[in-house]
Amino acid sequence: MPDPNPLGATPDVLVIGGGTAALCAAIAARRAGVSVRLLEQAPRGLRGGNTRHSRNLRFMHVKTTPLSTGPYPETEFWADLERATAGTIDAILTPLLIQGSEDITDWLEGAGVHFQSHASGVLPPSRKTAFLLGGGKSMLNALYTTAERLGVVLNYATEVQDLSIRDGRLEQVTISSGGHVHTLSPRAVIACCGGAQASRDWLRTHWGDAAEGFINRGTPYAEGKVLRSMLAQGAVSVGDPEHAYLVAVDARSPDDDGGIATRVRCMPAGIVVDVRGRRAYDEGGDTASTRYALWGQRLARFPGQIGHLILDARGVRAAPPSLYPPLSAASVTALAEVMGIDPVALAATVADYNAAVRASDDPGDTAAWHSVGLDPPKSGHALPLTEPPFAAYPMRPGITFTYHGVGIDAQTRVRLTKGGAMENLFAAGMIMAPNIIPRGYVSGLALTIGIVFGRLAGQEAARHAQR
Amino acid sequence: MPSDERRTEARRVLGICNACGYCNGLCDLFEAAKHRPRLADGDLAHLANLCHGCRSCLYACQYAPPHGFAVNVPRALAEMRHQSYADYAWPRAFAGLLERGVLTAVMVGLGAVGLLLALVLWSLPHDILFAQHTGPGAFYRIMPWGWMLVLGLLPLAWSMLAFGMGLHRYWRAARTEAVTLTLRALLSALRDVLLLRNLSGGGPGCNDLDEQPSHKRRWIHQGMVLGLLLSFAATGVATYYHHALGWEAPYPLTSAPVVLGTLGGLLMSAAIAGLLWLKRHGDREPTAAVALKADYALLVLLLSVALTGLALLLWRETAAMGLLLAIHLGSVLAFFLLMPYSKLVHAGYRFIALLVEASERTRQRDE
Repeated sequence: MPDPNPLGATPDVLVIGGGTAALCAAIAARRAGVSVRLLEQAPRGLRGGNTRHSRNLRFMHVKTTPLSTGPYPETEFWADLERATAGTIDAILTPLLIQGSEDITDWLEGAGVHFQSHASGVLPPSRKTAFLLGGGKSMLNALYTTAERLGVVLNYATEVQDLSIRDGRLEQVTISSGGHVHTLSPRAVIACCGGAQASRDWLRTHWGDAAEGFINRGTPYAEGKVLRSMLAQGAVSVGDPEHAYLVAVDARSPDDDGGIATRVRCMPAGIVVDVRGRRAYDEGGDTASTRYALWGQRLARFPGQIGHLILDARGVRAAPPSLYPPLSAASVTALAEVMGIDPVALAATVADYNAAVRASDDPGDTAAWHSVGLDPPKSGHALPLTEPPFAAYPMRPGITFTYHGVGIDAQTRVRLTKGGAMENLFAAGMIMAPNIIPRGYVSGLALTIGIVFGRLAGQEAARHAQR
Repeated sequence: MPSDERRTEARRVLGICNACGYCNGLCDLFEAAKHRPRLADGDLAHLANLCHGCRSCLYACQYAPPHGFAVNVPRALAEMRHQSYADYAWPRAFAGLLERGVLTAVMVGLGAVGLLLALVLWSLPHDILFAQHTGPGAFYRIMPWGWMLVLGLLPLAWSMLAFGMGLHRYWRAARTEAVTLTLRALLSALRDVLLLRNLSGGGPGCNDLDEQPSHKRRWIHQGMVLGLLLSFAATGVATYYHHALGWEAPYPLTSAPVVLGTLGGLLMSAAIAGLLWLKRHGDREPTAAVALKADYALLVLLLSVALTGLALLLWRETAAMGLLLAIHLGSVLAFFLLMPYSKLVHAGYRFIALLVEASERTRQRDE
């Protein structure tokens, strides 16, 4: 099928990327009256970057709304970010984010997006975030439709190979599409194409051999070519390339794009051993949702980046539904053989653990069961692993995003190491998220950053193009 | 598709849904699946019949093709739904009729119309069959009242029995321990039927044609049901006129049976045309070929009942009335015969699924 939008005409504003930030930027710029072309690297069926795997967004609201269970004022949003980033907060961009988040649910609804009300009775309680009806892909469908209706020209399966930057100005964009290479020189460009976490080579340069053991939870198209091109040509680097947001995922997941369903969640119900059959961390210490990311970081330090969550039949019964059924065997030693671990070592670890388990004063209060004299301890939920059959979830660190991006100013223009900012190159979304959140995470923040800064970048780029 | 393959695929995709859960605002299916994590055969039948085939979850799905997980819930459940129609068909030997929906409808349709035509051609001299008949009793000069009664009531009684047996067996399988029939659950299920709440995509509508949500199918379907009910009402009133008041058909144009029947027929025809249009232009991805064929078969059957009824009304005072009456009665006969062996069974199974769901929901709320 011929490309419905051949890369002939040069737009006023070129948007690189196809996720939330890109769509909000394209819609905002087009509404401001300029011509806009959006280049999405993925084919149509896999469009939308990691927004496809997202569900909720964080927004400031002083009053209770149907979309959340209570108010979330500016001061609290600020405090949450300060805590998550351990005090490394950006004094200029963070207020823009928080204040900009106040009207985003209205703005999205105006662009055809629907939210799931808490009246549906089936949402996890959330005071700080609003849930998209049908999840991120439904939002993408609505935003793509709106962008197209407004006259944004869309190109799928179109990859930006390189940017040419000279004297603080973006001169030319090199694009590959359908085996052909094109160049465009638009008046303004907005880079909304995320990080580099899908690139194994890039991961290996920062993580060494450990990168081989990582699973990329998200889109396979986040290869970071644009990010690296900007950094190589004098853009300010923010965040830390050696840090990534990792969560524990099933080791049997596909290399890319497994999304939310690949998470392993029930560590408190069992013990986690490495490939030698040894425990290394307190599995009962964290039961909040923050444990997913904690275990991601821990698994990255495991030998071979693989760990195994061991459960007995009781633990399996209590486990939440999982993408893959756990490996199962009648005895601990048989299970070790299925997993490729030394059976003697695993049997010893389980026996030591079981011997160290102490019931709480109220035996029904399973959260208070704990180990005594065990190193490392299991400080809560320490029920003995005795009921056959035994089961195991093999786990690996699943990379969600990296804390590495380009610095931007309050107009979302890409900052330069020599001082000042690019006059016609803007950035929004995960490619600049480390400005706000150079470490840590709070749920729903990635979408909020994409929407607030995407919209702002669209308006600023349009203003520049009209100058 | 073999039944094992259908179950395996339904179990596979719903297992992924249970690990994800993003779609739980679109309809009742996803919470229901979460409460049945074992996804045993009975669970699959219940969930498949709870699914209204609205297609929204395919467009919302992060794992839909071309993703490697290839999750297509509407298609997997359309297959599974079809399997459950066959599984609960009574008598079981007739289950094959449901598997070959189009062939069954065509054969029974042509057979019934052919039978009626043969009957009038054989029993009546041509100068009577092709004469103009007007005034009370005109229809009965073509086909005596007693014949009509036998040709209508016997097949209808059989179909009601077969339909009822299927529903009874399904109800026994679907009714879990958590299900206790209460007035509240019954009213809730009736409300869900009336409003087709599960065809509203959680508010904005469903993906009737493409990525855009709409309420088209929801409204058109209810238009068709209303048309069907009006047509039944016309028959009911006519029966009352005949028996209680001794008035013989045909009735005047302004009489209740004619007005109700005409409105019903027109509404049905228009709505069926709309549904056929949606099927013709809708994305094929979220449906299964076997389900689509069953839909076409039932829609065309209903359309033929409506159109032949309207034609009979239009030309009832001409020489064509005799043949038109035979054709109309033949299509009604086919409709009656096919009730338990066509897509029409979805009405019963879906109501039971909604009732089970409403009952479990009210019980969870009480606890």
